[in-house]
Amino acid sequence: MEWGTVIGLEIHAQLNTKSKIFSAASTQYGQKPNSQACAVDLGLPGVLPVLNVEAVNKAIKFGVAINAHINQRSIFDRKNYFYPDLPKGYQISQMDWPIVGEGKIEIILGDQTKVVGITRAHLEEDAGKSIHDMFDDDTAIDLNRAGTPLLEIVSEPDMRSAKEAVMYAKKIHTLVQYIDICDGNMQEGSFRCDANVSIRPKGQKELGTRAELKNINSFKFLERAINLEVERQQDILEEGGSVVQETRLYDSVKHETRSMRSKEEANDYRYFPDPDLLPVEISDELLEKIRQTLPELPAQKKARFVVKLGLSDYDADVLTLQKPLADYFETMLEYHASNAKLCANWIMGELSASLNKHQIDIQNSPITAQALSLLISRISDDTISGKTAKDVFKAMWDSKDSADKIIQAKGLKQMTDTGEIEAIVEQVIANNAPQVAQFKSGNDKILGFFIGQIMKLTAGKANPKQVNELLRNKLS
Amino acid sequence: MHTKTIVELSQGLKDKDFSCVELTQHYLNRINQSDLNAFITVTDELALVQAQVADDKIALGNASILTGIPYAHKDIFCTKGVKTSAGSKMLDTFVSPYDATVSQKLNQADLVMLGKTNMDEFAMGSSNENSFYGAVKNPWNRLKIPGGSSGGSAASVAGGLSCFATGTDTGGSIRQPSSLCGITGLKPTYGRISRYGMIAYASSLDQAGPMTKTAQDAAIVLNVMAGFDEKDSTSAEQKVPDYTSNLNNSIKGLTIGLPKEFFSSGLGDEVASNIMVAIKKFEAMGAIVKEVSLPNSAYAIPAYYIVAPCECSSNLSRLDGVRYGYRAKDVENLEDLYLRSRSEGFGEEVKRRIMIGTYALSAGYYDAYYLKAQKVRHLISDDFKKVFEQVDVIMGPVSPTTAFDLGSVKDPVSMYLADIYTLSANLAGLPGMSIPAGFAQNLPVGLQLIGNYWSESRLLNIAHQFQLQTDWHLKTPQEC
Repeated sequence: MEWGTVIGLEIHAQLNTKSKIFSAASTQYGQKPNSQACAVDLGLPGVLPVLNVEAVNKAIKFGVAINAHINQRSIFDRKNYFYPDLPKGYQISQMDWPIVGEGKIEIILGDQTKVVGITRAHLEEDAGKSIHDMFDDDTAIDLNRAGTPLLEIVSEPDMRSAKEAVMYAKKIHTLVQYIDICDGNMQEGSFRCDANVSIRPKGQKELGTRAELKNINSFKFLERAINLEVERQQDILEEGGSVVQETRLYDSVKHETRSMRSKEEANDYRYFPDPDLLPVEISDELLEKIRQTLPELPAQKKARFVVKLGLSDYDADVLTLQKPLADYFETMLEYHASNAKLCANWIMGELSASLNKHQIDIQNSPITAQALSLLISRISDDTISGKTAKDVFKAMWDSKDSADKIIQAKGLKQMTDTGEIEAIVEQVIANNAPQVAQFKSGNDKILGFFIGQIMKLTAGKANPKQVNELLRNKLS
Repeated sequence: MHTKTIVELSQGLKDKDFSCVELTQHYLNRINQSDLNAFITVTDELALVQAQVADDKIALGNASILTGIPYAHKDIFCTKGVKTSAGSKMLDTFVSPYDATVSQKLNQADLVMLGKTNMDEFAMGSSNENSFYGAVKNPWNRLKIPGGSSGGSAASVAGGLSCFATGTDTGGSIRQPSSLCGITGLKPTYGRISRYGMIAYASSLDQAGPMTKTAQDAAIVLNVMAGFDEKDSTSAEQKVPDYTSNLNNSIKGLTIGLPKEFFSSGLGDEVASNIMVAIKKFEAMGAIVKEVSLPNSAYAIPAYYIVAPCECSSNLSRLDGVRYGYRAKDVENLEDLYLRSRSEGFGEEVKRRIMIGTYALSAGYYDAYYLKAQKVRHLISDDFKKVFEQVDVIMGPVSPTTAFDLGSVKDPVSMYLADIYTLSANLAGLPGMSIPAGFAQNLPVGLQLIGNYWSESRLLNIAHQFQLQTDWHLKTPQEC
């Protein structure tokens, strides 16, 4: 049987506000446990939540960035359940009236563009953290994260493969960083997602029973977890079994998904409007004001790169998928406005390869955009050849010295003195009579041999264009 | 000294008839000798320190009218460093690390806190028999209930254990005990006083207020308690008027609405006749009386007993034995920790309401109960809106009966009927008052005043004018 996969994602983006969504405590990551939890975050008797307007503004910003419907009257609800790291016994979230309603995101798959629907995006507070490995028999609780604002972005079940899901997640990841509402740090859990996965026989319209994969915090794991889950469901169905609707956990160490709880035993959350918070009223003025603060969005940037800079669709897409990459590229353009293609090639070629190899983010690249610009200038002004430039790049990476300093120190400056090159060319011709004869008898390919010899003698510093010209002149 | 009002004590302090330390010590002695069980915690040492500070201020001439007045604080308000139990075993060990906004305001006014008063557990009850610390006795008759949930506060004022007290009113918890103990109690408009630091029972109904000997005293205390608080999103961003400034306005031409639903079959004859005498008094003072109707008031009790339990089932979730308060011993696992801590920590009535609320909010029942109750709430508000187009104030009984015998009402539903006339003001968020208006079989009868939104000033004025003409509020129980 041929199977089709259906995937919907729920993405939790931590909003990068200074203080929590309902208290004045700091949201800074990595502090001493429980040092950033005030009376409100601890759920002490009598405390009340006060909404952080910044969190609302950031949710609206996301909504306008994807052209979604904004609910100008939005309501906070209580989602009731017991858990030790949920201090109040309920999470303040949004049910029927989220701030952001329907919208959509475009993803690129090969040469096709696909639209993924966004059902809603609502604000909620994060829970604390239970730590199970700190004490022998006890669980420790850190409430520093409790109350951190989250934007939960819920997609339609529009994705048809793990690759599409990853593409979509990356698009959202890019967008939230572009509009500066989330730092996107997946290791720290600022950006994590749940995937709803189901399969059905190809051609069947109605959806199969889905399983929910919880709290995945890397794109690699997302792809693996979905593929694993699809395989698992296929095995079950092909053996005549049926998939149980349940929540599953992806274990990246054991590379397996396992059941956390089935929906049958799931909580009844008993949602109801939080009587401690007034409905949020969003005026037309505020909406407009936030719309004005939107920066150039990835799609607009990409279009500009294609139309104004002449980059290919592919190059423009790669360069805009991560904001820091686009920023790096645009910094280089300040020096090389006319040489966008060369800049793009260097970023996507040597730089990306080295960054990947060393697993370094572009923000922490040992070669800054300015430094790489200087190197490219030395190619354009014929100081060094493109080939030599690769060696200079390696030296820059290791030493953090400037291109000029390396060129100077290693004497890599290209030979541009015609007389000097001419002498060497003549010497090589004189020393290789049989090869000259071959060339004269029509073997054009032998030209490469001469160039190789000349480059060897000049330690690669001769300008290849000049060498080529001189050789042809002398040999003919 | 303990029969004096705020106004009188303030004058006495100013005139050096007694010092604040003497006054405080006098009250503390009375509390220690009292058999009313009105206090859960007596803060002797703190009170005497505060009294000394007050004396110093008075000596320097920096005193306000409230400086050095000894009061009792309902144990539902968080007080930094002082146990705050809300009448529950669950919080028997809880010492709040912070002050409620109301507590802070009272501290800043240089008042002297004598202690924390007894109350029905988490403010759930109409007789003060649901307290983990035992029932409070009515100062007028030790065999009778004082009313609830602010029963300790009411008994402490009526019994001369404090000059005034704070209370909270979710369904009548200021007005009903005030009525049954013969004192003046005001529940202001919802949002008039910050709820921050007040242990939540039903957030959309809870409202703090003063419980005093006179309307004038209530105005003085309200001046300090009221006001917007940025820590409470539901508190109103409205200026606080000087509530004492309109007390002496004439009430000639005042229109009083008597809702016929408040005078129906359930009302005790003696209570009814006292109320009618009081109304006649108002007529004699120049007021005009009209019969009005609040057609949906019959649904106030069912609506309230959905909304309040729903909210409390959620509000009390934080009492889970994990971070503070009662934790069951030798638990086997997490579920056992929750189940046993809550089973052992909460009393019967609290558990009953949590169960009702959990049920009413659960999947499949939400629309039938919670949403329906909210719709009824709207209808009740609309009834009031229409009535206030015709009259200035609504009057009627606070409670259908005078204080009943301790232990006599065993059926919870019968107990719920004790708040039949007070609940609807909470559902609508309107201000209401209880003022002493007579006696039936040697027990006080309270008259209820319900006003339009933000009409506290007017209510206090009407009550004060009545108290100028009557002396019910000056009566004190024999043994006190």
